[in-house]
Amino acid sequence: MQQRTDRRTTHITRASRILVVILCVFTVFLLRLWQLQVVEGEKFSRLAKNNRIRTEKVPAPRGIIYDRNGIPLVKNVPAFDISVIPDEFPVEKGTLLAYVLSMSSEELKGKLEAGRRYPHKPVKVKINASMEDVAKVEARRLELPGVRVDVEVSRRYLHGSTAAHILGYLGRLRSSQAGKKEYKHVPADAYVGQWGLEAKYDKYLRGIPGDRIFEVNALGQKIREVGVRPPEKGADLYLTIDLAVQKAAENGFGGKAGAAVAIDPHSGEVLALVSRPSFDPNLFATGISSKKWNELLNDPQKPLYNRALQSQYPPGSTFKIVVALGALEEEVVTPEEYVTCIGRIHLGRRAFRCWKRGGHGKVNLRKALVESCDVYFYDMALRLGIDSIAKYAKSLGLGSVPGLGLVRESSGIIPTKQWKLKKMNEQWYPGETLNASIGQGFVSTSPFQMAQMIATLTNGGKVFKPSLVKDSTVEVLWETELDDDLIAIIKDALQGVVEDDHGTARSVQSSLATIAGKTGTAQVSSLESWRAIKEDDKGLLEDHAWFVAFSPVDHPDIAISVIVEHGGHGGSAAGPIAKAMVEAYRNKEAGTFSETR
Amino acid sequence: MKLDRRLITNFDWLMLGLVLTLSIVGIATIFSATRPIGEAPHPTFYLRQSVWMGISLVGLISVVSMDYRWFHRFSYPFFALGVFMLGVILVAGHKGMGAQRWLAIGPVSFQPSEITKISFIMALSRHLAETSKLLNMRDVARIFLVFLAVPLGLLLAQPDLGTGLMFVFIFTAMLLVAGVKRQVLIALVLTVALAVPFLGSVFWSGLKQYQKNRIVAFVKPEMDPSGIGYQIAQSKITVGSGGFLGKGYTKGTQGVLRFLPEKHTDFVFSIFAEEWGFIGSVIFIGFFLLILMRGLETAVKAKDRYGYFLSVGIVFLLAFYFTVNIGMTLGLAPVVGVPLPFMSYGGTALVTNYLAIAILINVKMRRFELFY
Repeated sequence: MQQRTDRRTTHITRASRILVVILCVFTVFLLRLWQLQVVEGEKFSRLAKNNRIRTEKVPAPRGIIYDRNGIPLVKNVPAFDISVIPDEFPVEKGTLLAYVLSMSSEELKGKLEAGRRYPHKPVKVKINASMEDVAKVEARRLELPGVRVDVEVSRRYLHGSTAAHILGYLGRLRSSQAGKKEYKHVPADAYVGQWGLEAKYDKYLRGIPGDRIFEVNALGQKIREVGVRPPEKGADLYLTIDLAVQKAAENGFGGKAGAAVAIDPHSGEVLALVSRPSFDPNLFATGISSKKWNELLNDPQKPLYNRALQSQYPPGSTFKIVVALGALEEEVVTPEEYVTCIGRIHLGRRAFRCWKRGGHGKVNLRKALVESCDVYFYDMALRLGIDSIAKYAKSLGLGSVPGLGLVRESSGIIPTKQWKLKKMNEQWYPGETLNASIGQGFVSTSPFQMAQMIATLTNGGKVFKPSLVKDSTVEVLWETELDDDLIAIIKDALQGVVEDDHGTARSVQSSLATIAGKTGTAQVSSLESWRAIKEDDKGLLEDHAWFVAFSPVDHPDIAISVIVEHGGHGGSAAGPIAKAMVEAYRNKEAGTFSETR
Repeated sequence: MKLDRRLITNFDWLMLGLVLTLSIVGIATIFSATRPIGEAPHPTFYLRQSVWMGISLVGLISVVSMDYRWFHRFSYPFFALGVFMLGVILVAGHKGMGAQRWLAIGPVSFQPSEITKISFIMALSRHLAETSKLLNMRDVARIFLVFLAVPLGLLLAQPDLGTGLMFVFIFTAMLLVAGVKRQVLIALVLTVALAVPFLGSVFWSGLKQYQKNRIVAFVKPEMDPSGIGYQIAQSKITVGSGGFLGKGYTKGTQGVLRFLPEKHTDFVFSIFAEEWGFIGSVIFIGFFLLILMRGLETAVKAKDRYGYFLSVGIVFLLAFYFTVNIGMTLGLAPVVGVPLPFMSYGGTALVTNYLAIAILINVKMRRFELFY
């Protein structure tokens, strides 16, 4: 019995020791529960929420770009990217996914390998996937866990290469842009304007992406939508461009290179801005291949170059308008005064030829413009002097940057004595004045400047700040007092260029509107180089054809300049393009008119 | 069989009540954890568990109705049968979760190692009850070879790490309770201290990849939250997000949305804690503490040494499972595939635990019989 009691005591002691250990363990559990649920409860609640709540970006529709008449030039289209979250994607499904996306297993493997360091981050395996790819992936959704389809907003340029230099194009946000302030809220991989107006007005067109909040399960499958923040559409952009005029000009070039510009002389609004050859911005919108990009970059015709603003050419005979204005304004000649053209003029030991070998005979200002007599303007140049010519050229907008803000614009050259001294450290020779008076020698202008020149002449001397986007503000950069009567004389002469029997641009006559204008031929080469070059390349040495115009003659509402590179004669090569532009502009007005009736 | 009125009076109703409550809470939690998404039919785990609970109750009643002294007689053959079954599944068992634990008999699959546990405790209890002196080294070595070596070897061959550990734990704990000589204690401490680093590498290289992962994940869960440390991280989130009051029954999100794996088996407590919060968890732990204390009381009051060891062994069994499982769900212990007694989905384990409780009730109920 004693032994029994002893045993009992031992049993009790040992049991209480066990109890102590158990109580210790339970205390640890209690403290741990307190820590997890009470102290850190909020943190874990948040983590649980983050677990199941997934936010998806909804891209904002980009603002649409319209022409001045409300015709859309672009359309938003979805661009699909297919990405894989390496962590959720079973390796053995690689072959299936490669098959679905019609790419090689090696290519896919390589792409996934690159993303291995951050297994939770989606890796884009196919950028700009086709609708077919997307449909195939969606159909096999359950077999392909961890494969996502992301949607971005991209563009379709509805009229192909039309106005490509103005519109520009979209491209993926570049890594060099990603950190910048102006792209602060732009998601990675989003499309942003990379060139042209798309780039210049990107912030305005872009809009604000929205969110869709989903509850998801551990496999990332959406269970239900919890919330939506709709995206805000970007603002629309109305251009001053008239699509019909733009297209008419573009079609007029055929395969030739060159540029055409049309301006509303009363507002500076740009109606057409053409540079040929052009490119298709749709190539960029779906991610241009480096091969195509290099082709564009290395094309000797430079399709990415905006000739209307960036190129400068000798204005040729179109510059005679400036000299005529100067001569009348400075009263070095009267409209009635005759100068005799014998086909050349002698200055010192040098002879300056008129394009018409036999000479024009007795020529007054009107006839000189209509028949483009060089000798008459040599004479005027001598009377005016280069600095005076330059003064009038500059007052009409030549020699300075137009300031459209689209590309780096060319300012052209309007030479003065001082300019030459500074530039070449040489004094000015009178012979150079003669060359300048017919738009050769040092003088060079961009096609845009020539349109601005003729616009300024017709509106009585106002140089407007040119605009591509419709906003109510019309800004006059400067105004020169020009005598209305003198301008009328020049206008009349320019009408004669088109309408007179001996006019150099008779082919430009239109049944729809009166057109006035001036032809020009910018020499590309000297006679020597013409002889030196191979027969096949002779086209490259042919002169550039110019035509500047306005219409209708009485109350002009469109001012035009056209240059066709190596086009030959202004009247026959460039004139028809100007005519087509005027007719496109008139036609639509007629159309609108009959509609309102 | 005599059904004495005193047997009814001495029946441990509290123990039965606690166990039944935990089982019902367990079924309710399994129901909540396996809720389907949308219109899908509700998986029938909770129904199956209810059926198993019924079977368990029948088992409990039949074990209670026999005098546990009978078990004493059959302890050794019963143990031999258990060890034999462990051997059978190595040959004929089918695999689940990378280990070979299941034996199918007709449509029912069960884990023989569950039953073997109880037979192990019975056999060891009988042996210790018959030894009255403090155990010396030779005794310990002999007991180890006779009782532990074979089942442990078979378990590690499956491999069933959790049950293997449990056998070692119960073996050690019961021997300590039986009383060992100082030399054995010193030897034990020294063995543990010296062997851990050495055995570590042997042990490590002998582990399966998933077992290694679990241990790495336990030591450094933040290394890769959605990889191997995922379960621990998600379990902590599940428990922690319950907060003080809990999200409410069937309002938990972690299990339904499948962030927490094994939500109705090994991690059922996480789901419970998520829905019932700190308050619920404390009450739950309190219930469990009561069961263990009641078990110890039974041991102390047992009329013989066999009953004493039997009860202590069962307390160790339940305490081991409880500690390892809760420790795992709270991120305090590595993920070892160990269910929570009475709560986790699983028929064999439920039956085994009810049988264990039945033995405790049995021992307690018959504590006065000697005094007739």
